[in-house]
Amino acid sequence: MTFSTVLTSLATSIPLEEHSSDVIAPSVNTPAAASGIFTLMFLLIALPALGAVLLLLLGRRSDKWGHLLGTLMPIGSFGLAVAMYFAMLHRPAADRPVTQHLWNWIDVGSFQAPFALQLDQLSICFVLLITGVGSLIHIYSIGYMKGDPHRRKFFAYLNLFVAAMLLLVLADNYLLLYVGWEGVGLASYLLIGFYIYKPSAAVAAKKAFVVNRVGDVGLSIAIMLMFVTLGTFTFEGVNEKIGSASPTATTWIGLALLLAACGKSAQFPLQSWLLDAMEGPTPVSALIHAATMVTAGVYLIVRSNAIFDLSNTARTAVLIIGAITLVMGAIIGCAKDDIKKALAGSTMSQIGYMVLAAGLGPIGYVFAIFHLLMHGMFKADLFLGAGSVMHGMHDELDMRRFGALRKVMVVTFVTFTFGWLAIMGVPPFDGFYSKDKIIESAFGQGWVPGLVALLGAGVTAFYMTRMWTMTFTGKARWTEQNEHPHEASKWMLFPMIVLAILSLVGGFTLAWGNSIENWLTPVTGFAHAETVLPEKIISYSTLALVALGALIAYRQYRRDVPLTAPQHVSALTVAARNDLYGDAVNEAVFMRPGQWLTRSLVYFDNKGIDGVVNGVAATFGGLSGRMRRLQSGFARSYALAMVVGAVLVGASLVLVRM
Amino acid sequence: MNNMPILTLMIVIPLLGALAVMLIPEAQAKLAKWFALGVSLLVFVMMVAIATQFKADSPDQFQFVDSFTWIKAFGVSFSLGVDGIALVLIALSVILVPLVIIAGWNDADDNPHASVRGYFALILALEACMIGVFAAIDVFLFYFIFEAMLLPVYFLIGRYGGQNRQYASMKFLIYSLVGGLFMLASLIGLYVVAGKELGAGTFDFQTLTQLHIDPGTQKLLFLGFFLAFAIKAPLVPFHTWLPDAAAASTPATAVLLVGVLDKVGTFGMLRLCLPLFPEASRYFAPLVIVLSVVGIIYGALLAIGQTDLKRLIAYTSISHFGFIGLGIFAMTTQGQSGSTFYMFNHGLSTGALFLLAGFLMTRRGSNLIPSFGGINTVAPVLTGMFLIAGLSSMGLPGMSSFVSEFLVLAGAFAKYKVAAIIATTGIILAAIYILLMFQRMMTGPIKAGCEKVGEINKRELVAIVPLVLLIIGLGFYPKPALDVINPAVDRVLTKVGQVDPQPAIAGVTQTPVEQPAVTSTAPATSASEGAL
Amino acid sequence: MSTDHYIVLSAILFSLGALGVLIRRNAIVVFMCVEMMLNASNLAFVAFSRQAGNLDGQTIAFFVMIVAAAEVVIGLAIIVTIYRTRRSASIDEPNLMKY
Repeated sequence: MTFSTVLTSLATSIPLEEHSSDVIAPSVNTPAAASGIFTLMFLLIALPALGAVLLLLLGRRSDKWGHLLGTLMPIGSFGLAVAMYFAMLHRPAADRPVTQHLWNWIDVGSFQAPFALQLDQLSICFVLLITGVGSLIHIYSIGYMKGDPHRRKFFAYLNLFVAAMLLLVLADNYLLLYVGWEGVGLASYLLIGFYIYKPSAAVAAKKAFVVNRVGDVGLSIAIMLMFVTLGTFTFEGVNEKIGSASPTATTWIGLALLLAACGKSAQFPLQSWLLDAMEGPTPVSALIHAATMVTAGVYLIVRSNAIFDLSNTARTAVLIIGAITLVMGAIIGCAKDDIKKALAGSTMSQIGYMVLAAGLGPIGYVFAIFHLLMHGMFKADLFLGAGSVMHGMHDELDMRRFGALRKVMVVTFVTFTFGWLAIMGVPPFDGFYSKDKIIESAFGQGWVPGLVALLGAGVTAFYMTRMWTMTFTGKARWTEQNEHPHEASKWMLFPMIVLAILSLVGGFTLAWGNSIENWLTPVTGFAHAETVLPEKIISYSTLALVALGALIAYRQYRRDVPLTAPQHVSALTVAARNDLYGDAVNEAVFMRPGQWLTRSLVYFDNKGIDGVVNGVAATFGGLSGRMRRLQSGFARSYALAMVVGAVLVGASLVLVRM
Repeated sequence: MNNMPILTLMIVIPLLGALAVMLIPEAQAKLAKWFALGVSLLVFVMMVAIATQFKADSPDQFQFVDSFTWIKAFGVSFSLGVDGIALVLIALSVILVPLVIIAGWNDADDNPHASVRGYFALILALEACMIGVFAAIDVFLFYFIFEAMLLPVYFLIGRYGGQNRQYASMKFLIYSLVGGLFMLASLIGLYVVAGKELGAGTFDFQTLTQLHIDPGTQKLLFLGFFLAFAIKAPLVPFHTWLPDAAAASTPATAVLLVGVLDKVGTFGMLRLCLPLFPEASRYFAPLVIVLSVVGIIYGALLAIGQTDLKRLIAYTSISHFGFIGLGIFAMTTQGQSGSTFYMFNHGLSTGALFLLAGFLMTRRGSNLIPSFGGINTVAPVLTGMFLIAGLSSMGLPGMSSFVSEFLVLAGAFAKYKVAAIIATTGIILAAIYILLMFQRMMTGPIKAGCEKVGEINKRELVAIVPLVLLIIGLGFYPKPALDVINPAVDRVLTKVGQVDPQPAIAGVTQTPVEQPAVTSTAPATSASEGAL
Repeated sequence: MSTDHYIVLSAILFSLGALGVLIRRNAIVVFMCVEMMLNASNLAFVAFSRQAGNLDGQTIAFFVMIVAAAEVVIGLAIIVTIYRTRRSASIDEPNLMKY
């Protein structure tokens, strides 16, 4: 396959599995039927789903207490998840995966889709992240959305999101995963467009959904390919049978899954929706567009590790997409003055890291998930901090109008600082452990991915320090009369503090004794990276680059920052401000031609097809119009016609006789 | 109970009901409405009775068979009976009619041209025809009702419609009659062929499916039937009557027209064309697949470009009919079951969309999308319902339409990969046409003229909520419908002589298709395991 | 006498009648010409009946006479009405009944 050779030549080839002796393959234990506490697995999803349904059905009647009900539901799920986690800890690794078969969902011939849930080491990580961070953000939203007349509806949508996201990670087959996959898309659509009276929000919501649907086509095709080649699309069945599928089919399944992941995780070339998605309320950006939903693509890839392990082409494509997005996101993050958009750029970039790690194969899957979890904590912390700043600054988003906020918003400042240190990867904050591992593994792949990941860390330090400096240090670029910045309410501060603490302690807890690796290995498999450089050197150079990036940013932005962005800047800055022309390309390649095509087709349908139809009608109409002229009203001409006709008939009869 | 000619009663009762409604004086229009509603609910109850007694695994192809001799000289009988496919579609008609009566309660008031009772009588007459056409197991009877049902629709559009109704109803009638003419020609041909082979001509469906028609004749006869159905369904390029007809009719009529009447076309393809002309069906399948895929994309693109709300919905239906055609002619279990279920779901989602569009248009007094804006602010519940109906129309997972759409795609993918992939991109276009419409009408600041648009009222809720419940309920638990459909579809496939393709890796051990793909090496699939 | 003579006479009468219908304008005259054509055909019927030796043709001739009588009644009534309203019995006048 030439396509494959092109892709693989772009990155150094992956060490094949038979060469590396220490590859631990994922175990193929059949999950056991749920027993004990695991029989309550369905409640994980049912609770928030019930919350959403109740809040939407009761309507205005539940306005007074709706937010409390909405918050209790994910907390309940979180409690259950924690209990299940401990129950799992007590089991030997082989017995940890459990399934719960609820009912036969679709059953047509050989097409069998059960409505069944599966909880294993990988999904419990996600369940804890979703319900944990989700609950915190629900609590935060109580304070953040206080003045909003539609707060109840907001909580209903948030609950809907949590339910759909849990379905996504708990599904035991790809089709059910698809339900969660589009369910979170719907919740995201509703929440981005929550300020529905704002045209920009409505447009952003629609864009997010449509771009996601492009990815969904990938997921559909992947499922259909699985069905046609393997006859099944349950995780278990696919893992078991994929080995006997043809390499071409495996590669195409992998690439289709990658397309799906690109859509949901805002990876190149489907990245454009994420920046616009910041139109939604900030808690939404924190929960959906940073901590959980956008990482679903990483989940999908890691979950499908059996497929990617068999196709170097697909895996290399994942690696390349991750690397490109990593760089793109970082560049965009450097140039944005809108604090949320800068954070969105950083989200893109960090997910790029995860996708890159997932593209490394068994040496990277574990760290992709590790970084995903850490990112969920520190990025939620950062977004909530940004929300708190916005809240205090009358919904001002432009960092050029911030400055010196550390004095007036102490708690926000401290928690944000924790998140900032974590995302840069400063030890002992959690980002250090996960990112360092990814960079190391990337060097295990070869020089190119390694250097990209390394460079990314430096740029991350630059844009995050820029954000931190512009917001909290330097001179105040606001006035007490206009903005009157103040610290947020306790509802909002509590989650920020919790997340900040998690950002500090999460990393070394999970890295302790390689516990995360050991935990996930049965699902994802694991291989130790044989790096091209000694690990120590990689670690130190990462830290050095981070320090350098941070220092440059600090020196540059500590001084006076002009209130309006300077116009005479490099071409790269201009490009970054324009999201690297992602929208421009979409407009030029898809939107404009699409609009033209639609318009011309409408014309063609009216004038062409319907024209023919009406033309036939008009022809007959015209003909009869001519012919009725013969009906002149003169009785004698009718009589003449009759006589002539009779004579003709008679004559022809006579002629025939002769 | 089984001795009762229940299917015949289900046709006779609405017909008598229609007559009775006509006898109620116009001054008591309200009584006429209630009476019509009562009759439709009675028919619904009978439907429930049939559905509960229907045995999905029965060895007989048709159940509840009523048969009376009608025209002995031509071997025509008045024979009714249902299989799974017919049952689902009759259920759809019978569910929609009462809801449509409720939703269209005030449609005919203040109509200067025509009476209120006439409106409801016509709806009941149409219901009788719909039940008859799906239940007919005599091909001549099918044809007879197929043509007869044009009349109520013609009058419903022509007398009770809006702008352009004369043009639209005439266009509908002529289009359908042309199609019917082809079908009549084929029908006579079929009779002659049967006469030659059996000694005496017959129109009995089951007897006719046993014939051995030579391939050349089959192709000609197939084309006659297929043209009639392709116009009815409608497939591109025979579709231009539908947007006009839908736009000119009242929402209630549009629901019945697009939701049920057009299904007669796809029903005919599946239940008549395929079993009667198996070889010809296989021969023409690639052509029909191409037409269907073109229809999917073409209908969706045109829907994006519409400014009239009802025309937009009509074009989305053309796209959906493409999906149904694709599934039927892919000739796999998944494709055909999916298509049958799609027919049902499309009736629900498009029905809900048309009704909601009707509520909006009545309130705003305009059917143009640009005259709406910011409706969400003034009517949030109405907006929410509209969104649900729209999401269902674009096949969001969790809605019933997703189940059917995915089955169609997967079934088509097994045989026609390229066609299925192109069709899959249709889901992007579907998102665009629904969300673009939603964005223009519902979001943003309130447009001038929309301030007075009121919230959905109780009567309208009663009409919409059952649809929404069915859409979501069947999305998560489609088993009742699929269980009924599957055996019927298997019969069709056996008749056409098609077997599902095996999974590519299934070299090892596989039971022939009908059973779950469990390799003997696998200790348990998740499905069977969950049952433990 | 052979039937031929009757048939020739009938043909001549019929042609005369047809010619009259075509060229005369007065409605009454046209009407009488139509009667002449009818009677010409009656003549033919009766002649053939005699030749064939059965009564079928004669029966039909009676039918024709009866129809002709009815026609005369209605036709004259129409002509009179038209004459009353339009003051003319010209057959070309009432050409309102056109497309």
